[in-house]
Amino acid sequence: MKAETTDKLKILASAAKYDVSCASSGSNRPNKGKGLGNAAPWGICHSFTEDGRCVSLMKLMLTNHCIYDCAYCANRKSNDIQRSTFTVNEVVDLTIEFYRRNYIEGLFLSSGIIKNPDYTMERMVRIAKELRTTQNYNGYIHLKSIPGASDELQQQAGLYADRLSVNIEIATENNLKMLAPDKNFKDILLPMNTIRNKIIENKEERRKFKHAPRFTPAGQSTQLIIGASPDSDKHILNLAGNLYNSKKLKRVYYSGYIPVNSYDKRLPALIEPPLKRENRLYQADWLFRFYNYSINEIVNDDHPDLDLEIDPKLSYALRNPWMFPIDINKASYETILRVPGIGVLSAKKIILGRRYSKLNLSNLKKIGVVLKRAKYFIRCNELKALTINELLPENVRSIILNENKPLKQLNGTMHKQLSLFPVN
Amino acid sequence: MNLFIYDQTFEGLLTVIHDSMEMNVEPEKIMSTKSFQDDLFAIKYDIATDPDKFDKIWNQVKEKSNEENCQRIFKAFLSELPDIELTIYNYIKLIIETPYNVEVNFSEDCVVKLNNAQKKVGRESQRVMMFVRFQKTVDDIYYSSFDPKYNVIPLTVSHFKNRFADQKWVVFDTRRKFGYYYDLENVREITIGQQKVSLESGKVDNDILHMSEKLFQKLWKSYYENINIIERKNLKVHMQFLPKRFWKFLPEKDFKSELILN
Repeated sequence: MKAETTDKLKILASAAKYDVSCASSGSNRPNKGKGLGNAAPWGICHSFTEDGRCVSLMKLMLTNHCIYDCAYCANRKSNDIQRSTFTVNEVVDLTIEFYRRNYIEGLFLSSGIIKNPDYTMERMVRIAKELRTTQNYNGYIHLKSIPGASDELQQQAGLYADRLSVNIEIATENNLKMLAPDKNFKDILLPMNTIRNKIIENKEERRKFKHAPRFTPAGQSTQLIIGASPDSDKHILNLAGNLYNSKKLKRVYYSGYIPVNSYDKRLPALIEPPLKRENRLYQADWLFRFYNYSINEIVNDDHPDLDLEIDPKLSYALRNPWMFPIDINKASYETILRVPGIGVLSAKKIILGRRYSKLNLSNLKKIGVVLKRAKYFIRCNELKALTINELLPENVRSIILNENKPLKQLNGTMHKQLSLFPVN
Repeated sequence: MNLFIYDQTFEGLLTVIHDSMEMNVEPEKIMSTKSFQDDLFAIKYDIATDPDKFDKIWNQVKEKSNEENCQRIFKAFLSELPDIELTIYNYIKLIIETPYNVEVNFSEDCVVKLNNAQKKVGRESQRVMMFVRFQKTVDDIYYSSFDPKYNVIPLTVSHFKNRFADQKWVVFDTRRKFGYYYDLENVREITIGQQKVSLESGKVDNDILHMSEKLFQKLWKSYYENINIIERKNLKVHMQFLPKRFWKFLPEKDFKSELILN
């Protein structure tokens, strides 16, 4: 390992950091013939950086040279930055050595576009192939699929990688054209369709031939940048919903836009990255994937954007007070799941636990229900308390919001500590 | 007060449960010989571990419950929490005495307690899998030590064995002074003469470190620093996911646990 590798690692790790995808879950790749590594189906994080994000995969750019000039990207052609390119061996060595020391769960490889899509993709596939065949490495590999690369290369990539992804970045085609003149939706959606079809084909094949090689066992994902274009949450979530349904994506990632090219006047001037909005979008994403909400219930024409102060589930409950209070000891699983403060696990435990005896507040607390939010929306084996219907939604909202604040912010003078020797 | 004393093994604890049920004496305290404190007014029962009695109870639990639940009980035992013995006693007694399935009856106190304990153990064993860092030595052994809150290293052995099948490795518990060594064939339990390894930080002495080791630690640290997005700095979440007690094992944190954060 030469000294210049250290510099390359600095440049190309730093270039890859804006990609948020870091999941190492969803693949079950056993260790073959006493080789190195296996992919744990639940995924493992190995460290956490000071921005609070997990480090599971070693995220690298193969190169940060790029022929495109996308306004939101730090590696765009017109930026005057240090550029560098890894050799195939350097990436392979780093992956193996880091993996052996239990630093990482696998490799995440992305790349700027050099020469043409096929040339770029071919080198990425070579790295994955080298790892899988020569090194007998069975850890996780996530490859960025380069739009415009040939079907043959996509096919090979899928055989070596656990996950493939193509980033959409901007949620509407017009805005994408404005910010990234070299890109269009058609080119991005094409590889997504190819990958989806191959996954379906592969599933059929494996039904017939048990040992047929697997094609991207952890599926495909994509990323949307939030706040670089004026798209509403309604638009973003509907796009995400479509991707989950029609392209069978495993994950859609939302990445709050970090102003890397503030000189570009096509981009909004942000004071700070929209982290709260990103957080709310993930919550909404979870609601329609795991809580049986429809997107229309979370965002619609009356409420095109998510409420930044409260989470989307609470926000939905406050807009629909007629549903509540829900009787914990009688209601169905789906209904209980709609109570703010009750998650999938607690809801399941409630269903199981109430067979034995009627549940009261202290039982619920032990199960793990967040009573601070839930208590206004439920009835249980306890004296009748004030619910959302008596208190009215706007009051419940302000009570919950104010409970989060420390006392001194609420009323600076009332909670002052008494002094024995007042000075005045 | 009825005080039962056992030898700190799982078999011993189940023997206690067997004997107390047979004698029809309700234990109010169950202590291991290690944590034993004499109590002037207690009626003491010193129970000798008996594999047959263990089998009898364990088979009853297996019959009434399922394999997954037995795992749960064992995990809870590994937590070594104060009074976990009594919780396990109550739980097993409940399972044996109730005609129907009780493991999800969350209105029972011992069910909730046992589940919380096993959850803590599960989480800690995941942390071992996350934060163990191997250091390569001159004789090609990948060494690591860890200081887990609960006795969870045994739960992680099969994970490391499956994953690092082609390298020799050691995972050592510095708190309980034992570890496991994989020699490319089998895993066995070991204790180490501690001259070459610092017990505090688990760091291997420089003279037996592999020549490439320092370089990869440096590369990893530089990777870690460069993947961070400064504009998104969020120390609260950072500390929540990566508590300081793990820092002394992490090269990316310079093996330091006392770092001043602003």
